[in-house]
Amino acid sequence: MPPLLIGITLLAFSLLKALPGDPVTALVGERASAEAIENIRKELGTDKGFVSQYIGYASLLIKGDFGRSYYTNRDVLSDIEAKFPNTVMLAFAAMLMAVPAGIALGFFSAYRTGGFMERFSNIITLAGLSVPVFWSGIMLMLLVSLQLKLLPPSGTGGVAFLVLPAFVLAVPAASSLARITRTTVRDVMGLPYVKTARMKGLSEVRVNTIHILKNALIPIVTIIGLDFGSYLNGAVVTETIFGWDGIGRFTMEGIIKRDYPVIMGCIIAGTVIFVIVNLLTDIVYHYLDPRIRLHGKGR
Amino acid sequence: MAKAGKISLFIVIFLFTLSVLSPLFPSSDPYAINLDSIKEPPGINHPFGTDNKGRDIFWRVIAGGKISIGVAVTAAFVSALIGFTVGLTSGFFGGRYDTLVMAVVDFILSFPSLLLAVAISVVLPPGIYTVMIAIAVVGWTSFARLIRGYVLTLKDMPFVDSARAIGCSNARILLFHIAPLCIPLGLVMMGIKLGGFILTEATLSFLGLGAQPPVPTWGSMISAHRAYILVAPWMVLFPGIILSLTAFCFNIIGEALKKKYEVKDAGN
Repeated sequence: MPPLLIGITLLAFSLLKALPGDPVTALVGERASAEAIENIRKELGTDKGFVSQYIGYASLLIKGDFGRSYYTNRDVLSDIEAKFPNTVMLAFAAMLMAVPAGIALGFFSAYRTGGFMERFSNIITLAGLSVPVFWSGIMLMLLVSLQLKLLPPSGTGGVAFLVLPAFVLAVPAASSLARITRTTVRDVMGLPYVKTARMKGLSEVRVNTIHILKNALIPIVTIIGLDFGSYLNGAVVTETIFGWDGIGRFTMEGIIKRDYPVIMGCIIAGTVIFVIVNLLTDIVYHYLDPRIRLHGKGR
Repeated sequence: MAKAGKISLFIVIFLFTLSVLSPLFPSSDPYAINLDSIKEPPGINHPFGTDNKGRDIFWRVIAGGKISIGVAVTAAFVSALIGFTVGLTSGFFGGRYDTLVMAVVDFILSFPSLLLAVAISVVLPPGIYTVMIAIAVVGWTSFARLIRGYVLTLKDMPFVDSARAIGCSNARILLFHIAPLCIPLGLVMMGIKLGGFILTEATLSFLGLGAQPPVPTWGSMISAHRAYILVAPWMVLFPGIILSLTAFCFNIIGEALKKKYEVKDAGN
């Protein structure tokens, strides 16, 4: 995990150095006060070599100084903090739709090889993975919001604003979840202990839920964690289209305006969040699977 | 699935060929501005309608095909080439080199790929080569991991020992005995990855990081036209349909290849 953070900050720092002009003005913008510029200059140590400059930059980051936006002259980190709850809300809503739908579809399609359910879910999920979110988002907005006038087309707010972007995000997530669920359920179904459970005379429902689904869920948790982590980074495209005021849209605005402190701040903050979510996923994973837990304790 | 795979392959090849040959057709100029026919709905003259500058959307979509498909396929080839080289050598030689390479792979895979691609496209000047690089920088890792795993099982097989016994050098064993066996696996991976690559290309173009206007790509057309969604929905509808169709075809090709060569865990 730490190498990942060092790598990404190094990448961001190289970007800063690669920009034409002074890295200090690149970090705070030309509209910053002379005092702020002097402070950053001292912190970075622009007169020293690359390595000590990088260390200076890293210590700025640790202090929470991500620089200031060129356009609004606002502190990047506090903007990110303000927008993060919106992104979390969207990510949660998307997962709330995707997880049950994906697992159910995958579970039922695992039952008969070559059956109708399998072919149906195969086509549906491949389609779900093939339609780009920026297009499905626009088309849904046109249909649901502008033609049928059921939901507000864009903006940040309550549940009504949340439904469309969450749905658009949930479709590809549910599709990949369904495909993975199908594979793992099929793998688990063939294991000897499932046969044992059936021979013991347990009910089909019990075998399916406790014996098959519970064990199949273990690898699925990782995928859910990965998806969730990348959504917390801000669903760049979805948030932009629906005008959802989260990290993703913030990143996008930074890119359009070439607002480098914003771009770098978002990428670094995004990586930190991603790393934390991955760590949590690992913990849940270990909790769910006693085999790994025992192995981890070195017994 | 095999039949669906063939049909999909045919559709993609047909689209691409039509795109490359489109200058041969009369009135197929994707840049021809005609202010007399602005935002015309789909009809006989313009099957997909026209855009806000009176350009024919059908021919723009077709012309965009060679860029979108071309970029994705090239990026897939580059990814495969890098991944192949890295995977073969790291699997075969092992040791510290292998550890280092796999650490890099894990590093890249543990990063949200779109964000990484965006970061790269910000540093480099926008354009199709930047998109290819952005896709390939992330893309090669899955090839490397897959090929490495396969090489690890191959290198303990008797035929490698026999080759060594008759005095083959490491390079010869790697190039002539092991590499050919990995090619089908690489092809399967390419099939699986292409659908995603098409969408990444489209997304980067949509974000304005790909080919610059007036060059038509599917992503940039959707991005530029979305302001007209209420008055002229066909301007967004058709590029998206063709884009989704192409990605769908590539995904089906990937599935078919996967089934044909019985590759089980080629995921992610």
